Amino acid sequence: MHQTFDAALGIDLLHANQAGADHNRTHFDEWGITCFNVMSSPGAGKTALLERTLAGLTPDLKIAVIEGDMTTELDADRLRRYNVPVIAINTGRSCHLDAKMVAGGIHRLAHEYNPTEFDLVLVENVGNLVCPAEFEVGEHVKVALLSVTEGEDKPLKYPVMFQEADCLLITKMDLAPHLDVDLNQIIANVRQMNPHVTIIPVSAKTGEGLSEWFDWVRTEVGQLAGMQSLVVGH
Amino acid sequence: MHETDMTKALILTVRDWWEAQPERPQISQIHLTVGQFTCVEPASLQFAFEVQTQNSFLQGAKLVIRETPLIAFCHRCQQEYQPEIGIQYACPTCSSPMEDIRSGRELKIERIEYEQFNYMS
Repeated sequence: MHQTFDAALGIDLLHANQAGADHNRTHFDEWGITCFNVMSSPGAGKTALLERTLAGLTPDLKIAVIEGDMTTELDADRLRRYNVPVIAINTGRSCHLDAKMVAGGIHRLAHEYNPTEFDLVLVENVGNLVCPAEFEVGEHVKVALLSVTEGEDKPLKYPVMFQEADCLLITKMDLAPHLDVDLNQIIANVRQMNPHVTIIPVSAKTGEGLSEWFDWVRTEVGQLAGMQSLVVGH
Repeated sequence: MHETDMTKALILTVRDWWEAQPERPQISQIHLTVGQFTCVEPASLQFAFEVQTQNSFLQGAKLVIRETPLIAFCHRCQQEYQPEIGIQYACPTCSSPMEDIRSGRELKIERIEYEQFNYMS
């Protein structure tokens, strides 16, 4: 006769993606690369920030970009002007990057360049405040951007990304005087769920806050490189 | 809609389990736990599951989703509290930030119910 049986699985729904992310991170560690996952809503200024970051930190730091925020190559072309490798990932209609897509980018980087030459890989995620937070891509550091035009309430409404961020850049600060935005309220809202996050108000247009951001990047890359060399024994 | 991707991941995991069973049993129910402090909307997951399992080994299987609330632990007050998602995450008693999440981040396939011919009875 037919009977009903029960099998306990207890498997994480994102198990496969997590395993892929760990695999990517192992590659980065072997090569002595720090990986940043840069996330925000569409139009918060990820590409403008990356432009200023490439201009300010290269060639002292060797940087490559994995560019996911695109339906065209427009963003990638903007970044290629800074003479760094920009690997564009065709995300199709996907609303986030996942570990497998980034693995494809990493393998291209390793195939076309000598990966041990790089200090930092910046992954520009698809513009979206929801899904990218759930799909790790192998990053060591999560950077979230929130522009002043988005309003103080966004961290409360899209908490997961802000709760997991290591650094929050409040962007478009040059616009703040023209808006009824309360910077302290944005910061308080984020701190409610993420008391240890580094928060830096910046403007890619005026350069406000960028030197603080560059210092933060250098420190993160330096600290991680130290740990990686201990583990790998370079 | 990332629930489509979540559902793909779910189906692949269940397929691995199913293919490892010599009897290839008929799966009747899949039980998930979905935390309220995740980016997953149970209704969207149900919809994606129905669409993606049509004409597959999971045709007719039911997705049973148990939602778990967001529960945080306040170390200063030494007690648990339920943050109000979208409104306030800090401890309502002492306003300490939400640091220690005890429930609400789960995205788990807990168990599978299946029908199988039992030779013993």
